[in-house]
Amino acid sequence: MNLTLHVWRQAGPDAPGRMVRYEAADISPDMSFLEMLDVVNERLMQTGDSPIAFDHDCREGICGSCSLMINGVAHGPNPGTATCQLHMRSFADGDEIHIEPWRARAFPVVRDLVVDRAALDRIIAAGGFVSAATGSAPDGNATLIPKDTVDTAMDAAQCIGCGACVAACPNGSASLFTAAKITHLGLLPQGQPERLQRARRMVERMDIEGFGGCTLYGECQEACPKMISIDTITRMNRDFLRASMTPVRAAVAESD
Amino acid sequence: MNRALALWHSSIGKHAVMAVTGVIMVLYLITHVVANLLIFQGPSGINAYSRFLHGTGGALWIARLVLLVAVVLHIMAAVQLTNRRRAARPVGYAAGRQPQVSTLASRTIRWGGALILVFLIYHILHFTLGTVHASFVEGDPYHNVATGFRNPLVVVFYEIAMAAVGLHLYHGIWSSGRTLGVSTPSPRPLRRQLALALGVLVWLGFAVIPLAVFAGMVPA
Repeated sequence: MNLTLHVWRQAGPDAPGRMVRYEAADISPDMSFLEMLDVVNERLMQTGDSPIAFDHDCREGICGSCSLMINGVAHGPNPGTATCQLHMRSFADGDEIHIEPWRARAFPVVRDLVVDRAALDRIIAAGGFVSAATGSAPDGNATLIPKDTVDTAMDAAQCIGCGACVAACPNGSASLFTAAKITHLGLLPQGQPERLQRARRMVERMDIEGFGGCTLYGECQEACPKMISIDTITRMNRDFLRASMTPVRAAVAESD
Repeated sequence: MNRALALWHSSIGKHAVMAVTGVIMVLYLITHVVANLLIFQGPSGINAYSRFLHGTGGALWIARLVLLVAVVLHIMAAVQLTNRRRAARPVGYAAGRQPQVSTLASRTIRWGGALILVFLIYHILHFTLGTVHASFVEGDPYHNVATGFRNPLVVVFYEIAMAAVGLHLYHGIWSSGRTLGVSTPSPRPLRRQLALALGVLVWLGFAVIPLAVFAGMVPA
């Protein structure tokens, strides 16, 4: 199949960028979207052009590296998949495809389609963990957890931190990402002692990083390659508001 | 006080303020729409209700004050959150971000809100103060309504504003529960039956009156 690509090219973080048109001829419908870009890049290099920079790693939808806005849709048209799981058969011969990086102030462009998503790491570092010396692995089922609770926690734990929720959100909010971790740890018994402090610290960090607020458009859960539900955001709001109601003295004591 | 300020400074806190003030205004709107429908009982019904409200003395002013504070806080939070949204994505998408599941109601919530504010000011000048009303009679709401919709432009403006109110409620009522963390988890989280029912009922209840008056069904 023959395609016309419009790709965001930007030489560096402070360089001006623009959409550049490329003809992608003889593309196999069985290629993944990233393999198609590999082919385009190989041809670019043969003609002495610089290849299109894009993030990728596992190419099986579990690492969260790939991050492309394809025709205005995060990770492309198919639900519940990352860009690497999108195949060219989802497009028609002769299609024009616009490829852009995630757009958010908190995700500065590094080069072309690569953005710096360290802001998400800093949200996790603010409280998205259980700070306890755990020793060696405990016996299986030593701590009993209801099956429904485990399932909900694991649905949230599927988050791969790709940032599609931010990219798809009209507000540029990282609420689904933050809420997924708060839900994952907040449902499990190991996460209980730090539950409210975690919600407060992670939400504070999310605000500091310059992400937008959540208006509950619902675009994030549709963009999410792991189909994480906005139910997690309800849970984050509840934990954050409860943490905000906690008396100041107790809050200081728990945070230090 | 520090806790309240910290809450106000957070994005979730501002949304919580919008949700709480929104719920207050929705509760008021429900009493407003029910009372409005008294117009179809003739002058006795709605004028008696008006006399009852004005007879409560301080309570009427307390209610007005609560609503004024709710409106002001709702708008302040909305403006600040909109500024935060603008700052969060300084460079947009060349191909445009294509909405997938968001409702028209959610995407028009800001402009719809601005339209409702303009309407609110006009509405108070129209039926509370009477400034823009051709034959306003203090204390006779039946007369004021029955003679207040002769200009088709006024009717059209009211109808557009009421559609905006309906859409605003369709998203606002549903999202308030989620913002405040009181909604229960759902396999289809975007479904919103309560908000749909309330939004449609409030919209229809308000929208029918200017049309009925214009059609001559409310004799002056």
